[in-house]
Order: sequence, then C-alpha cells, then structure tokens
Amino acid sequence: MNDLDRIIINGLQGGFPLCKRPYEAMARNLGITESSLLDGLSSLLDRGLLTRFGPLFHAEKMGGTFSLVAMEVPSERFDEVATLVNSFPEVAHNYERDHILNMWFVIATEHPERKDEVLRGIESLTHIKPIDLPKIKEYFVGLRLEV
Amino acid sequence: MLTEYSIPHRLDHHDLQLLAALQKGLPRVSRPYQTLGQRLGCSEEEVIERIHALQKQGIIKRLGVIVRHRKVGYEANAMVVWDIPDFLVKELGERLSQLDFVTLCYRRPRHGQAWPYNLFCMIHGQDRKTVEAQIAEANRSCQLTVYPSAVLFSRRCFKQRGARYALNQDTES
Repeated sequence: MNDLDRIIINGLQGGFPLCKRPYEAMARNLGITESSLLDGLSSLLDRGLLTRFGPLFHAEKMGGTFSLVAMEVPSERFDEVATLVNSFPEVAHNYERDHILNMWFVIATEHPERKDEVLRGIESLTHIKPIDLPKIKEYFVGLRLEV
Repeated sequence: MLTEYSIPHRLDHHDLQLLAALQKGLPRVSRPYQTLGQRLGCSEEEVIERIHALQKQGIIKRLGVIVRHRKVGYEANAMVVWDIPDFLVKELGERLSQLDFVTLCYRRPRHGQAWPYNLFCMIHGQDRKTVEAQIAEANRSCQLTVYPSAVLFSRRCFKQRGARYALNQDTES
C-alpha cells in the first residue's frame, strides 16, 4: 500500500458527502486532488483491497435476514463440510475458528423463510445441526480501521 | 425469535431502483449522483435527496469504502464472546462498542450448554499479539473479566463476499 491508498482508506470509512461534486469536496478534505482520489479508488478496487466503494446496506431494514451460524464439525470432515455449506449462495462468509464449534458462517437471505430452508438444507446435506444465532441487538460502532 | 428488525421498512419502486444501481458501487465520475440520475431517469437533486432519506432511515448505513481486511494487513480477527446477565448486557454492549478496535458488536441468543454466550464482538487487528492486547484492554476497561468468556481466533477463511440483494432486476444492465 502506498500513501495515497492509506489516505483514501482512512478518510473514506466515515461517510461521503451528498453534494453535486462529492469527490472534489472529499478530496479537498483529504488534501489531495479530485483526480487522484478517483484514480486511487479505482486502483484500490482493481487490486482487490476494497470489495466496493459505495453504500453499506442494512440488510434487515431492506427486508432481508442476516444470521450467524455455528457448527461443530469433526476435523476430518472439515473441508468436505465447508464445500457443502459454501455451495449455498446465501452463505456469505465462512471461517474456521478455534473452538469446539469450529465452523462459523453468515447466512444472508432476502426472506426469513429462505433462511430456515438453507439451515434445513445444510443439516440434511452434512448431517450436522447448525446453530442459528441471529442478532437480537446491534451496538453501533463507527468503522475506523487505521491502515 | 422477534428481533428489533422484524418489521421490514417500506421502500417505493424508485428507492429499490436506486439501491439496485448503488449496489454496483458509486460511479467514479465528478458528478456521480447526476450519472445515477441519468441511468434511472430522475434528477441529480432527487438522487441526493433519496440517498439522504435512505441514510436517515438507516437502510444505507453509510457511503464509503468497504475494505477487504486481510488485503490491507489486518491478518488477525477474533470473535470475542461473553455470558453477561441479561439486565446488564445493554449497558456493557454499548460500552464495548465505544472501543476503537471493536469492529462489530451484537447481542445474540445463548444456545444451551454448548454456547452460553450472549454478547459478541469482532476485533480486527494487524497481528494476533495486538488483538490479544486489545481483548485484555476490553476486559479491563469494560469490567468484563468476571464473566465467562471465550476468544475464537479465525484459522482459515473459506468464503468472503458481501451480501448481495436481488433488488430489481430490470435496472441491471
């Protein structure tokens, strides 16, 4: 990462102006030019350091459902089960973590009913019961990763 | 289980079209809201007003960069969980979420003996040592040390993508 990358990532996590020339306004705040901001963003996207430049949606408020799901997977079956779980397009992230419940993933669906179908589908494919841990409450955090 | 998000917000047709167009990202041109307006057949002002309204309703949490943590040097991520008495979880959750290094913070249901924890947070850091020090600081500054807890570092990431929504296919070009 170069200095411009850092300026952009650190500067553009907290919001973006809603005015006619938002890149120009943002660039002025960051002490760079509009064209270096636009080029820098494109470069960050091309190199895969950003997944996106744009809105972060609130899935539930759009009518979708997000849930965190945990499974206890025997270590010798881990890769096989991961492949089965990841075959559902609704599975958005999947991590191996160091705990008896060792597989943790997110299910994102447009309709709540679909979440239950995916959970049942995972159980019938893997013969392991997924534990559904939907959020009850989110405590707001600002996003401030310093790079 | 009923959660705070059980009731979907009402969005009109124009909002859905705008959200679908935004999903691909904000156009990287001098006047991105004008470009969006041209695509959707409305004015630059209307796009700005609608995005503003969607932000106020909380449907768009924010506009900005969405970072791939591992690619920008945040190699370690830990899920840290506590079993907090129900009457205290709101206060402690709110306190925990104020810490700079906490990137997500939720209350979730417990699940019997297999999973007795109800307060969750994610900590992303450059390396494991840093994250361990941050966890210790969270425990100390929020007075969480007395509660049962667990730290789950990630070993491998199998799939990482943002959620996508099939909002309104007729705006996909």
